[in-house]
Amino acid sequence: MQVTNEFKPTIVAFCCNWCSYAGADLSGTNRLSYPANVKIIRVPCSCRVNPMFILRAFQRGADGVILCGCHPGDCHYTTGNYYTRRRMTLLFSMLDYLGIEKERTRVEWVSAAEGAKFAATMNEFVETVTKLGENKRLEDLRCKN
Amino acid sequence: MQELIKAKAIELLESGAVDRVLGWKAGEFFYDLTPAVFTSAAEVERDFVYSVFSGANFSKYLIAESRKEGKVAAFLKPCDTYSFNQLLKEHRIWRDRVHVVGIACDGMCDIDKIRAAGARGVTAVERDGETLRISTLYGERTMAKADAEAERCVHCKSRKLVAYDEKLGEDGEVIADSGRFDQVAQLEAMTPDERYAFWRGELSRCIRCNACRDVCPACSCEKCVFDNPKSGIAQKAAANSFEESLFHIIRAFHVASRCTDCGECSRVCPQKIPLHLLNRKFIKDIDELYGDYQAGADLETKPPLMAFTTDDCEPSVVYERGGKQG
Amino acid sequence: MQRIGVFVCWCGTNIAATVDVEAVAEALSHEPGVVYSTNYQYMCSQAGQDMIRDAIREYQLGGIVICSCSPRMHETTFRKTAERAGLNPYMVEIANIREQCSWIHKDKATGTEKAIILGRAAIAKVHLNAPLIAGESPVTKRALVIGGGIAGIQTALDIADAGFPVDIVEKKPTIGGKMAQIDKTFPTLDCAACILTPKMVDAAQNENIRILSYSEVESVKGFVGNFHVTIRRKARYVKEDVCTGCGLCTEKCPQKKVPNEFNLGLDNRRAIYIPFAQAVPKVATIDPGYCTMLKTGKCGVCAKVCTAGAIDYKQQDTFLEEEYGAIVVATGFNPIKLDRYEEYAYAQSPDVVTSLEFERLMNAAGPTGGTLLRPSDGQHPHTLVFVQCVGSRETRDCGKPYCSKICCMYTAKHAMLCREKYPDTEVYVFYIDVRTPGKNFDEFYRRAVEEYGVHYIKGMVGKVIPEGGKLKVQAADLLSNEQLHIDADMVILAAAIEPDESARSLATMLTASMDTNDFFTEAHPKLRPVESPTAGIFLSGVCQGPKDIPETVAQAGAAASKVIGLLVKDKLTCNPCVAEADELMCNGCSSCEKVCPYGAITYQDKEFRGPNRTTLLRRVAQVNPAVCQGCGACTVACPSGAMDLKGFSTSQIMAEVDAICK
Repeated sequence: MQVTNEFKPTIVAFCCNWCSYAGADLSGTNRLSYPANVKIIRVPCSCRVNPMFILRAFQRGADGVILCGCHPGDCHYTTGNYYTRRRMTLLFSMLDYLGIEKERTRVEWVSAAEGAKFAATMNEFVETVTKLGENKRLEDLRCKN
Repeated sequence: MQELIKAKAIELLESGAVDRVLGWKAGEFFYDLTPAVFTSAAEVERDFVYSVFSGANFSKYLIAESRKEGKVAAFLKPCDTYSFNQLLKEHRIWRDRVHVVGIACDGMCDIDKIRAAGARGVTAVERDGETLRISTLYGERTMAKADAEAERCVHCKSRKLVAYDEKLGEDGEVIADSGRFDQVAQLEAMTPDERYAFWRGELSRCIRCNACRDVCPACSCEKCVFDNPKSGIAQKAAANSFEESLFHIIRAFHVASRCTDCGECSRVCPQKIPLHLLNRKFIKDIDELYGDYQAGADLETKPPLMAFTTDDCEPSVVYERGGKQG
Repeated sequence: MQRIGVFVCWCGTNIAATVDVEAVAEALSHEPGVVYSTNYQYMCSQAGQDMIRDAIREYQLGGIVICSCSPRMHETTFRKTAERAGLNPYMVEIANIREQCSWIHKDKATGTEKAIILGRAAIAKVHLNAPLIAGESPVTKRALVIGGGIAGIQTALDIADAGFPVDIVEKKPTIGGKMAQIDKTFPTLDCAACILTPKMVDAAQNENIRILSYSEVESVKGFVGNFHVTIRRKARYVKEDVCTGCGLCTEKCPQKKVPNEFNLGLDNRRAIYIPFAQAVPKVATIDPGYCTMLKTGKCGVCAKVCTAGAIDYKQQDTFLEEEYGAIVVATGFNPIKLDRYEEYAYAQSPDVVTSLEFERLMNAAGPTGGTLLRPSDGQHPHTLVFVQCVGSRETRDCGKPYCSKICCMYTAKHAMLCREKYPDTEVYVFYIDVRTPGKNFDEFYRRAVEEYGVHYIKGMVGKVIPEGGKLKVQAADLLSNEQLHIDADMVILAAAIEPDESARSLATMLTASMDTNDFFTEAHPKLRPVESPTAGIFLSGVCQGPKDIPETVAQAGAAASKVIGLLVKDKLTCNPCVAEADELMCNGCSSCEKVCPYGAITYQDKEFRGPNRTTLLRRVAQVNPAVCQGCGACTVACPSGAMDLKGFSTSQIMAEVDAICK
């Protein structure tokens, strides 16, 4: 696949309100930069993220979807991210099974104190997805303008 | 077996033990048996059929049947009893209104396999022990029953009845080496590009007839998300590749850890898409990552997607394991 | 379609420097439903809020989007603004264009473009917002304090003084905790027992305080204001209300070989015991692991000598069901186990002791009556080596990464007391750093060095070898860069402290979060240090992090004031962003119930209209909005999509996804 410098992937990041969204805020407070193509959607807990949201993002042209939550054991709701962990493991495994590039999806645990980790994760994820190029295997051509 | 089952149906109806019997009757073609509700001995005598094509899983019908007045009897094969148990676990069937007659089963047949063996113009198939006597427009022929067995029966996971009020015949045991994950493993060993090509080839044939959904005992929602405009994914046609994939991924995910692997989805698919390979992928992953789990085997164990342990693997396990790289 | 107003904040130059705020306001004014779009220097200021209020009224706005700092910062502010203008506070959405945009992007074009997309997503969401009304729940005006150390006692006393009933649950037979075991306190060197025991008596005599000693919390259900707690009252085989605490039984009991945990096993007690003379409640307890009567049915000496008739060998554990409005965790700490520190020979030589054991050896009520004697031979020690940071600031598995905070000061105290009482001793202290922040702390440490002649050596002890009745200490002096060999009589290890082992399971019961070291997490590390993120759960003492006695007492008082602030309220406002089941779509399959961490979901058989004028009886889920905390786990577990989360509904999140990906 030809990778051009122009390609700027669209990345959707779902962040739980208590840890990862706060972690993202902290990376802002510390002026730790990551690419502007990452857009964050705030959810109360990573366990609120339905696989449908992830597929929807890909349908509408997202090139990568990342889900961030509290570290296992630190969930504000005690157990939410444990369910997330199982659900996403199975979903990602299924996407891989269908031949969709597995590097387009990711789960990271980012605490409210890990601003640096948040920025580093996003930088790395954007880089990975940029290398993969456009999401062609899971997009809905009708949604292209 | 047919006579035994018919006699049991008549006995249950005539004694007043049940008001209705859920069984099979001939459909448009002799191999196309249709689920039917019988209310009298005369109906049973006239229409009831049990043959090597009685594949339909009745457990899902019991959701609606058990809500009606009176009691219904259903003949369930071992694989059907797993679905039945799973539905009981989900509080979908009113147990006290159902009389389950478990029937031993050693595999159903697939008309396509009989045709593939060279039989044309098939007019009737009779089972005689381990042999099938096949009547065709061009004369009689025989074939081994084992060669005509439906794919899901070849890889049968269990011949054990896990729920019944009474049983006919002697059921078997859980089959540990069913080999049902072999094909999944083959796919896993391919490169992502090969897998993508395989699934595109299969899923692009989907016509969104919803047969898989309608027959699936786990797909028994009051209202399916695909029919609900509020869900944001409601759609009918498989207009393009995305929707074909989306429908099948979401459907497989919704039944994940609830699917008993009864194989009805693939049996009814008019396009012969191997849909069970999606469900089996989830089952295989669950078994490997979270320990062996068979949906419907009991009424107590929490489905793995509704449970967790604090030291479960991370989703990154998907990047690290298996399969050739593209 | 809603009539939407958009308000873009400059945040001075914080946003305006890298985001063209006028361009953002202009671009967003063309979004569907937007009837008013503006920008202003400080939206959160009084003038900014007035601007929002006026616009809501003038343009009859049905929803507003504020493009500003993080919603974690000012969401509440703007919700209140909306409410003052007569708009439902949940019709407000924040686009975070500061922390997640202007602060991380340097290029103005990029920042502006992203800010517009974030604004669009917020507009798409607010179109689907629905007015939410917060419910109310009553408050049970009683508090539970878990742990009866100085933290728990102080919290209970302060809450009780405000007039609210408090129960203290303590798993040991007496309250008092670690402070009861300590000899003297730094930096004043006053006797710990002299200041603690009056507080224990105060607690026992306070009519608002009930002490449930020898008891443990078994389960916790409910939520802030309405906790339902089951307390296991362990059988002590002595009737608590009959026993006079005379202690005769503890002298006559023939089973004399029970390690005395109060003295950390340095001496023995009987199978029936009162932990120490000032125990509260002063009631005997039979140790079922050692009592001959309970184990074999033959003995009964204590029952014979008890004139009050308090002994009851048939006693069983009983369970108490209680309601509380608030729960304070004060579970405290323990020194870590030193078995894995072979280099210090702790397991090999009885003369290598922990600092807490040393406290007992110095204590007048301790096993040696306050005379410092070597545990191995009862001889007076002449050379003592103190080792600091044993297991603290440790990167190896067996240690703790954090500073245990109290060790520097108590080691200085020990060294000083040694030199004061026994001027013939040589005292060495090995340290990594000496940390003495605190009022009069550094002065205290300097007195130990300068007035008492304690040898402070920067460096760690490499090995302790018991040999010929001595402890051969090999150590490095990092400042003079030389190896030291000291023949010591005793080695005292300042073991790291860790949260009590009961803390983790308690945290699970309370749905309170913990850090990786099992310390309870605060709701905010700076601004809400005594509250847990779980509403109604408060933290007191070392369960939250290492601290000394004055800090613990201060925190205990702070936790008490937070509890009082909660208990004075008659009703609490609930979070309206909770899950809700659409009964028409619900299968009643119990998937949601299985994943709910709060037990907020129940099922009901309900009649519905079926086709042809029939009635169908169906099992449907119901969410208790006062119990639901709004995590959303159920929404994904639900196969039919019947379960949705208010404020973060499926359609709202999908709309955001669409707006971002467009």
